[in-house]
Amino acid sequence: MTHLPFIVAAYALGLAIPAGYAIAAWQRVAGARRKLAAIDPRMSRP
Amino acid sequence: MSSSSTWSLHRFANPGQFLRLSGAVLPYLTVGAVLLLAVGLGWGLFFVPADWQQGDAVRIMYIHVPAAWLASAGYTGLAVCSVMSLVWRHPLADLAAAEISPVGAGFTALCLATGSLWGKPMWGAWWVWDARLTSVLVLFFLYIGHVALVRAFDDPTRGYRAGAILALVGVVNLPVIKFSVDWWNTLHQQASISLTGAPTMALDMLWPLLISAIGYTLCFAAIVVARTRAAVMERRIRGLLMAKAASDTGA
Repeated sequence: MTHLPFIVAAYALGLAIPAGYAIAAWQRVAGARRKLAAIDPRMSRP
Repeated sequence: MSSSSTWSLHRFANPGQFLRLSGAVLPYLTVGAVLLLAVGLGWGLFFVPADWQQGDAVRIMYIHVPAAWLASAGYTGLAVCSVMSLVWRHPLADLAAAEISPVGAGFTALCLATGSLWGKPMWGAWWVWDARLTSVLVLFFLYIGHVALVRAFDDPTRGYRAGAILALVGVVNLPVIKFSVDWWNTLHQQASISLTGAPTMALDMLWPLLISAIGYTLCFAAIVVARTRAAVMERRIRGLLMAKAASDTGA
């Protein structure tokens, strides 16, 4: 395969950037749900 | 806009309604994104034939082109939310706009970085001050400016208003990005796919590109929906804590 380092770097970024955002969003939702449940258990399952 | 469509927009301004609807949609967006990205990127990386001129470097297209489309599409979404915020004072539009801009900045950075990785072996340079590249760099700065401006005010409402105005002013950059390769002599190639004409790309290369583009679009949507869900819950938490503090003070 020609230009392999460039291709590997592009695919690594193409997976890492969206995955980073997705994991951060998932953690933020989980944290907010936990806090909400601690404050008002009725709202733990929005 | 008719009163019925305005009513339906405001129906989704109800945070509880949004949380229920987005909670139902999010798993489908996530699973769809993962499956389509696995197929599109796997196909593009391992099974598409190398280009006669560019060799295997053409495989960078399956990341770069969807990222470029989403950089512009995300900004269009930001502008739509800004109109909804300024005209209808739609509270969810403010939150959605604030959550779109960091994700849009990330995808624009991905577009610029993969473009650089594609440009070095093809053009012999990591960066050139070409009209297409420069206008996409301006888009990146607009996203970063929106992220900073929305968070720069003590009163969040003022931040959302200022961000909405910046986003709408920046819309002028979108046609510049789109038509830069036609208006100026650029090193960047012209579009291979258009809504009106036949694609100038072989179908062997086109299908995985479309699949990875849909996959990245679902991924972008899933991230923005999840972030907006978190923002809605965080606002509810702040409201509850303030109400609790007020009642404690009153007692």
